[in-house]
Amino acid sequence: MSIARATTIGPQEILSRADSLRAGLEENFRDRMVESIYRDAERIARQAVSRAGERRYDLDRKIDRLVTSPIWGFPIMLLGLALVFWVTVVGANYPSNLIARMLFYLEDQGGALFEMLRAPWWLTGFIWHGVWRGLAWVFSVMLPPMAIFFPMFTILEDLGYLPRVAFNMDWLFKKAGAHGKQSLTMSMGFGCNAAGVISTRVIDSPRERLIAILTNNFVPCNGRFPTLIMLATVFVAASFPPIFASVAAAGSVVGIVLIGVAFTLAVSWALSRTLLKGEASSFTLELPPYRRPNIRRILYTSLIDRTLFVLHRAVVMAAPAGGAIWLMANLSIGDRSLAGWTAWVLNPLGHAIGLDGVILLAYIIAIPANEIVVPTILMTYASSGMMMGVSDLSQLKALLVGAGGWTMLTAVNLMLFSLLHNPCSTTIWTMWKETRSKKWTALGALMPLVIAFAVTFVVAQAARLFLGARF
Amino acid sequence: MANKHIVIPPMLHGGSACQACHANLRQLGIDVTDWDYVVALAGNPNTGKSTVFNALTGLKQHVGNWPGKTVARAEGGFELGGKRYKLVDLPGTYSLLSASVDEEIARDFILFGKPDCTIVVVDATVLERNLNLVLQVLEITDRVVVCLNLMDEAKRKGIQVDHHRLSSDLGVSVVPTVARTGEGLSHLMRAVSDTIEGHFKTHPHRINTGGPLQKAVEELIPLIEGVFPGLPNARWIALRLLDGDMRLRRALESGELALLTDASSQPSHAASCH
Repeated sequence: MSIARATTIGPQEILSRADSLRAGLEENFRDRMVESIYRDAERIARQAVSRAGERRYDLDRKIDRLVTSPIWGFPIMLLGLALVFWVTVVGANYPSNLIARMLFYLEDQGGALFEMLRAPWWLTGFIWHGVWRGLAWVFSVMLPPMAIFFPMFTILEDLGYLPRVAFNMDWLFKKAGAHGKQSLTMSMGFGCNAAGVISTRVIDSPRERLIAILTNNFVPCNGRFPTLIMLATVFVAASFPPIFASVAAAGSVVGIVLIGVAFTLAVSWALSRTLLKGEASSFTLELPPYRRPNIRRILYTSLIDRTLFVLHRAVVMAAPAGGAIWLMANLSIGDRSLAGWTAWVLNPLGHAIGLDGVILLAYIIAIPANEIVVPTILMTYASSGMMMGVSDLSQLKALLVGAGGWTMLTAVNLMLFSLLHNPCSTTIWTMWKETRSKKWTALGALMPLVIAFAVTFVVAQAARLFLGARF
Repeated sequence: MANKHIVIPPMLHGGSACQACHANLRQLGIDVTDWDYVVALAGNPNTGKSTVFNALTGLKQHVGNWPGKTVARAEGGFELGGKRYKLVDLPGTYSLLSASVDEEIARDFILFGKPDCTIVVVDATVLERNLNLVLQVLEITDRVVVCLNLMDEAKRKGIQVDHHRLSSDLGVSVVPTVARTGEGLSHLMRAVSDTIEGHFKTHPHRINTGGPLQKAVEELIPLIEGVFPGLPNARWIALRLLDGDMRLRRALESGELALLTDASSQPSHAASCH
């Protein structure tokens, strides 16, 4: 005879009953529950709230319907981006030339003064033709575009447009296995890649955050824009009839940016299939109401905060870089300067990727900060005796092409290299601080460099193969 | 850290109860020793939670406008009507269904921390969206006070909220405030102490799930109450177990759930999310 066991219900029984009940529920019961919460919320709110200010709310909705529509969303984004660049290109042209002329005039005067005072040649050289020239370039090449681009970007930010961009691009990132908020951190990267890396804190999932950090470098930061804009203006625009020149320049910068975005998505996709496997997580994105931008505050933020800050950093980097280049150009081993030797050694590698040794040397010197690449390139050319100082930016192309041997391929590959190469040291340092991992920081620093070399190599070889050896 | 005496101005909506509101609130800063009551501060991001927190405790939590700004959990104290309150500012969340670390922290505190009262700060200009969280909180605990904040913004946008209607629909106190200026805060604290001490009886709104889910819930509730008698929110626990909530499973197995039937317990540790 069996003794009936007293059935004691304990926690395990509860769990197993819950499990079997759950199995019996329909697939989307969770959705149902969430729906019922929203239904109740809607009903209660409806009964308690009455609004007289419908109009403002409606206008926002109408704008959003257009701006986030599947058809018009992307074209509007691209157009906006192109417009921003076009204004920057056109607006920065005259001031750049003006500042360049002024500062180089001062360089000549300063040099002459020192000579008059019988200062030793190396002092004059180091200070005026090294340090001062570096600063002069940074101010003339960087300051005008930045002073225009930063405010415009901040206006977009203040307006509340950026979350709409995130909304439009969400599906792309989801397909790449990344977090939708990465579009926001990516746009932050347009301002400064280090700031973009910090902004990834809004992404909770560590995996997705890491992807966002590692790929942030593929959008050009404000330090790299002057390089791109200059190259676009000097090379691309000059190849078009004058009417289309500025449009072509803006268009090519937009093109580069799009390539950057494409790389961001592609590398995110690759990472989420290999090193950082996992699924995209869901999140809530709030679309804030459109706000009239506070112009005064924007000018302050963008000019004081951002422009001056980046300029300060450029000065801190450019001054030593200018000095370093002057030293390298004037310290000789045998019949060549240090700079000449280094450039000569790097030349085969440079040529293989459509650039040359001088450019590579400049990139090495410019590791601390992207902003000083172009000035460094120009100064290196000048110091290795290939050309005299340039007093007018319009002479630039003639000199680069004539004396430096630049071709369209050089310009294009330089733009690509600038887009894809390793992040500046500030960004690398920030990556380290945010990830606290040597492994990921190293990957974040080296992976872009490898990709940059690979891409420029392929482009150079393809160009030479299909378009002839003149490149 | 300063022990300041501040007199909170009388609230927006008049009434003879106002005279009693002139109670002096003493901000205690980070001094949270010897508290009588624990009050949790929950709500969506950007609703002014930190402003309320600062106004009551005298601390200066950084009020920011982008997600991820608030630290894991901030605590402060104040004294009112002879009682000492420990105020815990939870991270802003849109819901408590544990999709992220923030939501876990908030949910864990409201459930396992057993606050004597939970204030849910809502933005009067976007009430419907904020109610999502309120309704979820009401499922966990019935000692809730809704702080209807940003009333000045609502007025500017021509939005009117009938807080009496809201209060009767939700079954809890609803207090309109402008935390930025301090308006309504004394009334808020009055509502909190009334709710804690039982002067205000709450009849919290319960979400109607309907259908097979309801049946499953009704089957689980007696089981749960059998093992853990006196559990105030067996219904919500049942819902979460059916949803496969891992945290609650662990709490069930470890016996942590039994603690919820006790009169008091210390708040559980919270993982930092920065």
